[in-house]
Amino acid sequence: MIAIVKYNAGNIYSVYCACQRLGYEPVITDDVATLQSADKVIFPGVGDARAAMDYLNQVGLSSVIRGLKQPVLGICVGMQLLCRHSEEGDVDCLGVFDAPVEKFRPTDPSFKVPQMGWNTVQSLRSPLFADVAEQSYVYYVHSYRVPVCADTIAQTDYCGAYSAALHRDNFYATQFHPEKSGSVGEQILKNFLAL
Amino acid sequence: MLAKRIIPCLDVKDGTTVKGVQFVNFRNAGDPVALGKQYSEMGADELVYLDITASFEGRKTFTDLVRRIAAEVSIPFTVGGGIHELSDVERLLAAGADKVSVNSSALRRPELITEIATRFGVQECVCAIDARCEEDGHWRCYLNGGRVPTERGLFEWAHEAQERGAGEILFTSMNHDGSKQGFAIEALGRLHDELSIPIIASGGAGCKEDFLNVFEQAHVDAALAASVFHFGEIPMAELKQYLADHGVNVRQTVKR
Repeated sequence: MIAIVKYNAGNIYSVYCACQRLGYEPVITDDVATLQSADKVIFPGVGDARAAMDYLNQVGLSSVIRGLKQPVLGICVGMQLLCRHSEEGDVDCLGVFDAPVEKFRPTDPSFKVPQMGWNTVQSLRSPLFADVAEQSYVYYVHSYRVPVCADTIAQTDYCGAYSAALHRDNFYATQFHPEKSGSVGEQILKNFLAL
Repeated sequence: MLAKRIIPCLDVKDGTTVKGVQFVNFRNAGDPVALGKQYSEMGADELVYLDITASFEGRKTFTDLVRRIAAEVSIPFTVGGGIHELSDVERLLAAGADKVSVNSSALRRPELITEIATRFGVQECVCAIDARCEEDGHWRCYLNGGRVPTERGLFEWAHEAQERGAGEILFTSMNHDGSKQGFAIEALGRLHDELSIPIIASGGAGCKEDFLNVFEQAHVDAALAASVFHFGEIPMAELKQYLADHGVNVRQTVKR
């Protein structure tokens, strides 16, 4: 069973639809027992990091997510919440990945923030990217990013290289939206669901 | 490198695509879902669906449609038309839309942009602007699909929209729309230079060179068109290849 974490963030339905297109029937839930017993957990997110963390702390989901043992996939803000701290609202996050979340600070004004659109992933090193070619395009919408760190398994370049994806133990995460990244994104989701 | 985006725009009335979509060998041109999937497979980077229905029943049909698009299309899509208040935005985003586009309602009540950005994030709100260059060279914003002139100037309004939290500006030049003589390069270039959010060019696409010119000369982030795609005048994959051959960074999905 695939569980999608239900909380006060957007794009949950899109993630649900993407799993369905791959033949899975996920459940969208905030029930602790269901989350803990799921085969895979997807932690999506669009929105504000501080508002999301406040909510997760308030309903007691922070420690539940941090303690999950099965493969977990954080997406976009979901990935950022799995990091140590976010500059967005200056908030402490779940700390699975020992990396900060920082705002894009373009030195060249031709770089627009948010980064919105399709950019390439490279330096792919994870089963998450099985059958995904270097320089494949994926879809991004974000104003904050995680620098390249020990857990980086894919990189993208926008005002410099940053982490396109992270992996530590059973936790995986992508800054881009696999559920919106056409056939490339479908392959990445398929890889995660097959872990 | 971030790719320049090509965005087909579909007008929807009572759940059906209008504006006579005529793909060769494509039987479901009236079905917005099938059409969106087709565009996605052809390599479109994003889709815009504009609801031009006036009735309340039609709005419900559109919401159901958005849910079906989300279920079947694996690229981002923006929806616009008939968005007056936060509850409209909430309903459409919950149905799976990635972004909403506001136009007349934001001109009438600019706080709407602030409300959307605060509640859902800046990335969710596209501010669409229809403007005409008057004889004195002043770009004037229009309401209701270009029918009602306002006292607002294009650049002034675009700046305010950005300050209020719009994530993108979708600018349609009424002088160029439907002309097939190319985009409003000068005004688009100025928007790009003055604003820090992405600019989507709309109105005037007639041939592949028009897309090349708007990317090379106005440096916009994306270009939107309707009829040249719907009538198959410019096949998507061919356009992408042409732009790539001329040094524009585009996402190519169809290997040629």
